[in-house]
Amino acid sequence: MLKARGKTIAEKILALHSGREVSASEIVLAQVDLLMGHDWNTHLTIQVLKDMGVEKVFDPGKAVLVLDHAVPSPNEKVSEMQRATEEFAREQGIRFYPSGQGICHQLLPEQGHVAPGMLVVGCDSHTPTYGAVNAFAVGVGSTDTAAALASGHLWFRVPQTMKVLLENKLPKGVYAKDLALRIIGGATAEGANYMAVEFGGSGVGHLSMDARFTLSNMAAEMGAKAALFEADEITKTWLAARVSHPYTVISPDPDASYSRFLEWDLSSLVPQIARPHRVDDVVPITELEGTRMHQGVLGTCTNGRLEDLGVAARILKGRRIFPGFRLIIVPASKEVLIEAIRIGILEDLVESGAMIIPPGCGPCHGASQGVPRDGENVISSSNRNFKGRMGNNKSFIYLASPASVAAAAVEGKVVDPRKYLG
Amino acid sequence: MVSKGTCHRLGDDVNTDYVIASKYRSMGLDFKAMKEHLFEDLDPGLAARMKAGDFIVAGKNFGMGSSREQAPLVIKEAGITAILAKSFARIFYRNAFNIGLPLVETDTDKIGESDTLDIDLDKGMVTDSSKSLELSIKPLPGFMQELLKEGGAVNYFKKHGKLPEV
Repeated sequence: MLKARGKTIAEKILALHSGREVSASEIVLAQVDLLMGHDWNTHLTIQVLKDMGVEKVFDPGKAVLVLDHAVPSPNEKVSEMQRATEEFAREQGIRFYPSGQGICHQLLPEQGHVAPGMLVVGCDSHTPTYGAVNAFAVGVGSTDTAAALASGHLWFRVPQTMKVLLENKLPKGVYAKDLALRIIGGATAEGANYMAVEFGGSGVGHLSMDARFTLSNMAAEMGAKAALFEADEITKTWLAARVSHPYTVISPDPDASYSRFLEWDLSSLVPQIARPHRVDDVVPITELEGTRMHQGVLGTCTNGRLEDLGVAARILKGRRIFPGFRLIIVPASKEVLIEAIRIGILEDLVESGAMIIPPGCGPCHGASQGVPRDGENVISSSNRNFKGRMGNNKSFIYLASPASVAAAAVEGKVVDPRKYLG
Repeated sequence: MVSKGTCHRLGDDVNTDYVIASKYRSMGLDFKAMKEHLFEDLDPGLAARMKAGDFIVAGKNFGMGSSREQAPLVIKEAGITAILAKSFARIFYRNAFNIGLPLVETDTDKIGESDTLDIDLDKGMVTDSSKSLELSIKPLPGFMQELLKEGGAVNYFKKHGKLPEV
C-alpha cells in the first residue's frame, strides 16, 4: 500500500478551511477567515456586489477596509473613490482604517487581524505578506473579493509548494531585501506562479519579523500565491502584543512533498539591485556603482518598517543628502511613524534633508506624490520597477534595500552601502 | 465561442501596470476613459490601433503583478475578444474569467503580428490562417467554462442565484 505523503503548510491550512484532506492541484471551496480591500479597488468590489444584488456582506467582522493608496487624496476623483470605500465600510459595519493609518499590508498584521493558520484573502497582489506570520494569505481581484464577502467562501487550486531553505546569517550591510531580489533574480518573475513558497532552514531564526514581512511581500514578484513562514518564538513574541485570541501554529510535515527546492547560504550574499524595468533583472550592487541617482524612495509594504527606517537613519545621521537629490520617506504605518519619532531617528532623517510623507503607499505606484522627472533615475525600497510605475514612463526605477537607498541619497549615485555600516 | 480576428503581438511578462497604469485607476468606473490609456507605458500607439474583435497574443506570464481587475476590464472595454498566451499570471487569470474575458493558453511562438486567427473555444482549436498553423488549446476546468458561457461571475450569479460548483 502507498504511504500517504506528508503535507505542506499550504495544504494543511487549505484542508482546515475546506473540511477535508487536500493535496496540491486539487480545486477546493474554502472558508475565508479575513478579507481585505483598499481605496484603489473597493469601488469595483462594491459595484460587483450591487450587480449581484447582494445587500449585506456575509460577516462584516471578517473584513477590513483601508485607505492607503493615495493619502491624503490628491484630487476630487480619488476623494470620491475613498468616500465610496468609507461609506461602504460604515453601512456594512466593516472595520475601517482611514487615510494616514498605514499601508494595508502593515496594518493587518500589526493591528492583530492576522494570526497563524488563518486563510486571508486580500484584493491586492501583495497580500502574501501576511505569510510571515504563518497565514495562508492570497491576493485576488474585485469580483473574487465580492464573492467571498457575499458568501464567506472562495475557490482555490491547492498550490504546489516551492521550499526555500535559508542557512546561516546575513552579513553586515546585507538585508532581507537583498536576499529577496537575489531569489527573484534566479527564479524569474514567473518562477513561483501558481505556487506557494515555504521558507525554512536554520537561517530563518536569524531573521526578524520585519525581515520576514519583506521576504513574503517580495515573493509576489515571482508570482507566488502565498509565502509562508513557520511560527517560531520570534513570531510568537511579536504576536503576543497584538493577537489576544488563541491560534494554532501550522508546521509542514517532515515528509511533505515540494515541487522545487532552493537553498541559500545567507552568509555568502552581497547587496543586490534590480535594474529597470524588471524586478528579476538583478545584479550585485557593485556592478552599478557610480550610476547617477536623482530620487530615493524609502517605504512601501516591502520596506517601510521600523528596522528599515532605522538602518537609513544609521547611514544618514550627521550627514547631508546629496545636493539636488530628493529622498522621500514613507513610514508603513502610524505605529512605525510614532516609534520613529520616539526613538529619535525621524529627526536624523529629516535633518539630513529627507522629506517625510504620511503613512501609505506613497510614490510606489505613481498615483499621488513623488513622480520623478523625465530621464531621472530613482532608487527605491519598493517592490516594482516597471516602466512608468511611479507615474512617469520616461524615468528609470532601481530596486534595492533601505540601506542602499540611504547610501545613494548621501552620494547621489549607486554605492555599496556596506562602507557605511562597518 | 467561435471568433475570427486580427492579432496584436506582445512579448513575455506583460504586467497589469502596462495594461492600465495605476494613476488611471482614479477614473473609478469610467472604463471608456481608461481605454485611451490601455498599454500606454508599453506601447503608446497600441490603444489607437486596437479595434473591436481583435485578439491579443503574448508570450509567457501575461498579466503578472498587480491584482487590479481594471486590467481585464479595460481590455474587454477595448473590444478584445480573447487573449492568447503561453501562460497567464494567476490573479489575472481568475479576474479575466470572472468578468467573462476568454483566455487561451496555447503555444503562441509562431503567431506573428497582425496574423488572422480563428478561435473555436468549444473544439479547443486556434487556426492561424496567415501561417496555415493549427494550435490546440489547454482545456479549462468545467466551472470556468460555465462562467465564460454566462459572460462572467456577475451574470452567472444573476441567472443561477449562486456561483458555479467547483
